Amino acid sequence: MAYALTIVALVVALGLTWRFLGAYMVAVLEGRMRWLGFIEKPLYRLLGIEPDAEQSWQRYSISLLVFSGVSILVTYAIMRLQQFLPLNPQHMGAVTPALAWNTAVSFVTNTNWQNYLGEQTMSYFTQMNALVVQMFISPAVGIAVAVALIRGFARKGSPTIGNFWLDLIRSTLYVLLPISFVFALIFVGQGALQTLGGPVHVHNALNGTTQTIPRGPVASQEAIKQFGTNGGGFFNANSAHPFESPTGLTNFLSIFLLLSIPVTLTYVFGKMVGSVRQGVAVLAAMIFFFGVWTTYTTVAEKGPNPAVAAAGVAQPRGNTVGKEARFGVSSSALFGVSATQTSTGAANSAYDSYTPVGGMGLLTGMMLGEVSPGGVGSGMYTILLFAIVTVFIGGLMVGRTPEYLGKKIQAREVKLAGIGVLVMPVTVLVLSGIAVSVHAGQAGPLNAGPHGFSEILYAYTSMSNNNGSAFAGLTGDTPFYNITGGIAMLLGRFAIMVPVLALAGTLAAKGVVPATAGTVRTDTPLFVGLLIGVVLIVGGLTFFPAVSLGPVVEALTHGRLY
Amino acid sequence: MLIQLRRSLVVVVFSILLLGLAYPLATTGVAQLIFPHQANGSLGPNGSALIGQKWTGTKWFHGRPGSYNAMASGASNLGPLSKTLEAHVAKRVAAWHKVGVTPTAELVTSSASGLDPDISPASAYAQIPMVAKARHLSPSVLHHLISSQVHGRQFGFLGAPYVNVLSLNEALAHLH
Repeated sequence: MAYALTIVALVVALGLTWRFLGAYMVAVLEGRMRWLGFIEKPLYRLLGIEPDAEQSWQRYSISLLVFSGVSILVTYAIMRLQQFLPLNPQHMGAVTPALAWNTAVSFVTNTNWQNYLGEQTMSYFTQMNALVVQMFISPAVGIAVAVALIRGFARKGSPTIGNFWLDLIRSTLYVLLPISFVFALIFVGQGALQTLGGPVHVHNALNGTTQTIPRGPVASQEAIKQFGTNGGGFFNANSAHPFESPTGLTNFLSIFLLLSIPVTLTYVFGKMVGSVRQGVAVLAAMIFFFGVWTTYTTVAEKGPNPAVAAAGVAQPRGNTVGKEARFGVSSSALFGVSATQTSTGAANSAYDSYTPVGGMGLLTGMMLGEVSPGGVGSGMYTILLFAIVTVFIGGLMVGRTPEYLGKKIQAREVKLAGIGVLVMPVTVLVLSGIAVSVHAGQAGPLNAGPHGFSEILYAYTSMSNNNGSAFAGLTGDTPFYNITGGIAMLLGRFAIMVPVLALAGTLAAKGVVPATAGTVRTDTPLFVGLLIGVVLIVGGLTFFPAVSLGPVVEALTHGRLY
Repeated sequence: MLIQLRRSLVVVVFSILLLGLAYPLATTGVAQLIFPHQANGSLGPNGSALIGQKWTGTKWFHGRPGSYNAMASGASNLGPLSKTLEAHVAKRVAAWHKVGVTPTAELVTSSASGLDPDISPASAYAQIPMVAKARHLSPSVLHHLISSQVHGRQFGFLGAPYVNVLSLNEALAHLH
């Protein structure tokens, strides 16, 4: 009952966000919001950009790539030099080169894969200026690419797709920053930390224990960690840590925050292409996946953990291994699905200790390509790639040149969409294959047998999808995993973004063909069904063999497929 | 290319000033003003209410298994078919049986943070025989004490009901 109410509250909150944040974001991205003009205008002058400047897709891509390169370098440099920088009460030394590379790429690509223990590795300065800064910038880059692609559909015969710098700055200033500030304070009110005071020593006379408790500016990181679908925790335990998410309410708000922009972008899409129904159609496919996976994973986690059952313990509440008492099992599973399907990668429970089927739910949710609803921006542009593939297949079936939103989908568009859809699975399978074949890769897993394979497969699936969550038993802070993981994250981000921008460019340049009786409509349940089918078939065909070797074997060993 | 490089540097410097410094510092300032207790770690005379501690012996209520090292949060990450996990659980069950407690699953499985400060009400009630015997208290007194310590779901539906172990033991110490 409580869980049902949680779901209802989430749906209502997201529904309102979809409508109202959606309308606000459209105004922001079209440059109609001006209330922060006093910050915007001087910045544009400094950058030498007019507030209505436009870029071709090539220039847009170059701006994005140069900016991301600079971001990686600066983030890397801060970690390598943190011992000389202020706000370092625990006197943390320099982060090692391979780890700093992996972490810099991880935060710039919105992945937030963490091969380090935050409380033992990163100074306050690093957390704030290397990590939190990228937690704002990387989702803003995601929004920029998504909106560029949307403009591609919305415009007719246009040589340009918007301006990267304007999209980046407007999303950050008007959307990400103010909302994060408000939620950070709510988190503090619930018990999240927000101090620069350094660690504190406590002694309990009752039981004679002494503890050193690390502290830091946690709540400000927590809000944007969720809202920007980042996922990088201040502490190693991430959202399971009572200082990051102290209550059932913060757990709920975390889930709400990480879903809000990815869901809302479907409204932005519909509004900007002139038909909210088109956005609703895409959203319906997202909701289908999210609903099915949430049900499946929650039911699995309400069942027993096989190892605990083998020790003869009854588990009326479900699998409590690696779950926090204050959240309960169902809300932990809901968080797990939300975080893995939005490419957030935050964790409020130990995904490695989920039941075989529950763990499979998290893993396969990412394998769909992070489209349900996916990360900030990335979920939107990835599902539009799938939509293009869908109309192409639909066109083949009825024997007509396919169209989407009035744009003819021809060879070039299908090729670009195909590249965008296939980069992730190829990266995952090739790198997982290498990892299981070499000693450096085999040394990673904590658990033996098929679950060890699941840990490796999960790691590359997570990094290639820019998710960042882990079956955390894997020892990732080795040169092998740091370097190959960095490559996976870069490919999963930029090898998809560039084809998307190229697509935006070609689409924007095209005229609009008027809809006729033979046009396949893309705002109907039939199209939603086809889109769902395409996503399932692409993900299923690519990953079924690999999943069979890991979670499926575990589930069969356990003797339960639910 | 060069102009984009210059713009990148300007935006990165601007971001560090606004998002890396002004934002967390402003949040810290406001938080310290309106929620000083929470912002500094919910500290009481015996430690933080939010960071679990290791309780030993039969005179206190225990939390989830774990070392409670606040400097290294995290889970065991043992998989669902792990023989190690099975052995750990079996050992914990045997230890509970020795002190006359039939443990809940929660009392023999470690949490996600390794610092879980709470247990479910059922896990607290399960420990009554142990504490009652060690302290020569009647079970009904302890039952009453635990009931008074239960935090319900927030707004009636968010999260799970729980008992904070530190707060429960502080109240227990107060009984004498």
